[in-house]
Amino acid sequence: MHTESLSGQAVFPAKHTEPRPEHPPEIPLAIHDLTVAYHRKPVLWDIELNIPEGKLVGIVGPNGAGKSTLLKACLDLVPRTSGWAHIYGAPYRKARHRVAYVPQRESVDWDFPVNALDVVAMGAYRRLGWFRRVTKAEAARAMEALEQVGIAHLAQRQISQLSGGQQQRVFLARALMQDADLYLMDEPFAAVDAATEQAIVELLRRLSGEGKTCLVVHHDLATVTTYFDWIVLINMRIVAAGPTAETFTRENLQKTYGGKLNLLEKAAEALRSTPR
Amino acid sequence: MPDFSDILEVLLLRNYNTRLVVLGTTLLGIAAGLIGSFLLLRKRSLMGDALSHATLPGIAIAFAIMVSLGGSGKSLPGLLLGATLSGVAGIATMLLIRNTTRLRDDVAMGFVLSVFFGVGVASLRMVQSLPGASAAGLESFIYGKTASMVQSDFLLIALVAGAASLVSLLFLKEFLLLCFDDGYAASQGWPTLFLDVLLLGLVTAVTVIGLQAVGLILVIAFLITPPTAARFWTQRLLPMLLISALIGGVSGWLGASLSALTPQLPAGAVIVLVAAALFLVSMLFAPERGVLPRLLNQARLRRKVDRQHFLRAAYEILEAQAGKSETSGDGPVRNVSFPTEVLLEKRAWSSRQLRRILRIARHEDHLESAPTGRLRLSEPGFGEAARVTRNHRLWETYLIQYADIAPSHVDRDADMVEHILGAELVRELEAKLSGELPGHAVPPSPHPLPSA
Repeated sequence: MHTESLSGQAVFPAKHTEPRPEHPPEIPLAIHDLTVAYHRKPVLWDIELNIPEGKLVGIVGPNGAGKSTLLKACLDLVPRTSGWAHIYGAPYRKARHRVAYVPQRESVDWDFPVNALDVVAMGAYRRLGWFRRVTKAEAARAMEALEQVGIAHLAQRQISQLSGGQQQRVFLARALMQDADLYLMDEPFAAVDAATEQAIVELLRRLSGEGKTCLVVHHDLATVTTYFDWIVLINMRIVAAGPTAETFTRENLQKTYGGKLNLLEKAAEALRSTPR
Repeated sequence: MPDFSDILEVLLLRNYNTRLVVLGTTLLGIAAGLIGSFLLLRKRSLMGDALSHATLPGIAIAFAIMVSLGGSGKSLPGLLLGATLSGVAGIATMLLIRNTTRLRDDVAMGFVLSVFFGVGVASLRMVQSLPGASAAGLESFIYGKTASMVQSDFLLIALVAGAASLVSLLFLKEFLLLCFDDGYAASQGWPTLFLDVLLLGLVTAVTVIGLQAVGLILVIAFLITPPTAARFWTQRLLPMLLISALIGGVSGWLGASLSALTPQLPAGAVIVLVAAALFLVSMLFAPERGVLPRLLNQARLRRKVDRQHFLRAAYEILEAQAGKSETSGDGPVRNVSFPTEVLLEKRAWSSRQLRRILRIARHEDHLESAPTGRLRLSEPGFGEAARVTRNHRLWETYLIQYADIAPSHVDRDADMVEHILGAELVRELEAKLSGELPGHAVPPSPHPLPSA
């Protein structure tokens, strides 16, 4: 699976009749004309997005804005009604090994008969291929990944006996196992303790320092400006995308959250008044 | 009533008549235990139930076709082929309902289960009136009847059960990923649809070969009970699979043996009852997740917490009496008697709780006799109280210094972790704080204590 050619441009020949939009050939994530609908009801509409390399990108929007769906559409996990998403210039199925996905913590049953190390080792399954059991070398890598997120001492613990923050760290460690270039994370900060939040932020900064790109679905408007270099404001459509300083404005937030802003407006106002 | 030697003969497979039946059902139980584990973890148990009920029309139709082709209609492979096809048709109907309407899964399953079973019962009646054929015995597929098993049936069951078990172990890693996190599996490029179909195929295989022995109503219990019981014993997948296979195998072996000894008992029911008994034992007594060990642990922890609270409260009272609370240095803490109600002021204990706690303290020889209304710690009790207080304060200091917790909040936090942590961590704390605290003395509390 690893040997697939990455000369991505040849993969999609003149299939698209309209001219392809201008973007550098090898940017981490390029989305064009993407529409996703569940039961004929559109969830994402005409998404155009180019994510620059090495950035820590936050995806921000109200509930039901399609934030998780955007990640899933990039990962071929939900059918696209139209458009495409390209990873480093290639369709996802050709660029899988460069992408690590961290699903929402609530998406799995944590009362499952596995320990933390077992879950992290799942990040090596693709490398191992069919039928091969987890090797000693991969188990050692999994331990390293657990160390990087600071919970190596919990490796043997059954996953239901971990706190929410520790469970989230297990998921991150599993993603680290993949040694990817693009990380797609669905609400990694949801319901975690302050120490975990700090550990995750440090990890994200280290990844982007290494030139990796991280796309993070995020809920907490108060921390957007401190965490992210770049943000995507989304509410079914892309409202705005760009460097945080220019994009995280009151007008854009108003457009994203519409009438629901009352409380959020105050948060944004508070942010505005405090020096960055 | 069969006597003891008969029972032994059957259980040890020495009886020629029952050997194949018992062996076949045991193998079936092992396969059911393995594959049922994945079915359970994939949360598709109900789907297995719908599948087994959907096999009945196929049995009737296969019989009718075989009779019309001039056979007796009783060939087991032929009947099971029919069962498989109609089971698969049931699952397909269910998926069709789910994907084309907005009905929920359980509605689709309930629909398929009842409609297919109804069709099956009706067509069974119809084929029984076919001229020139005796359909007697087809009903045994509903409740299971092991006695009719012949050597070729055994070979078929053993072969399918063995193959299904091997495949499930071969795909262990892939099934684990599918069951735990199918979204992640798909994002990694694993063919989740293929894996789901394969798993369902294995379930179908076990269900179909289980029809003869256990019957279609109870076969789902044979798939689900062993893994549910096994889950109580372990927190890892591989041990769970092995224990589940063991429980399934034992249920099949004991169940088929018992039913062979008392032919009026239907095999399926006996097998399921044996499995249920094993489940009950697991639920109550399994050390890992069983109900009784858990209650016992909780009681033990509560006792430990109460004991420590009592000792620390007593020590703090003695400290206050020595005139040395947060401001240190006023003279040594001495073990003297103190009034009982001071204890009640310090801790929010009801008088009933207090009586319980004092009973524990007496039981552990932490109290000496004292005048009525007063309490006095024994020598070992006083030493233990100093130790408990010291650990508590070390931990508090650690939390304040390293974990950024406000001193006013530290007491509660320290209480919670302290009771869980053992001596090893306390030693680690001592090493960390040795520079700041002299010897083995009890350090002063890092926060003001509520005055007693």
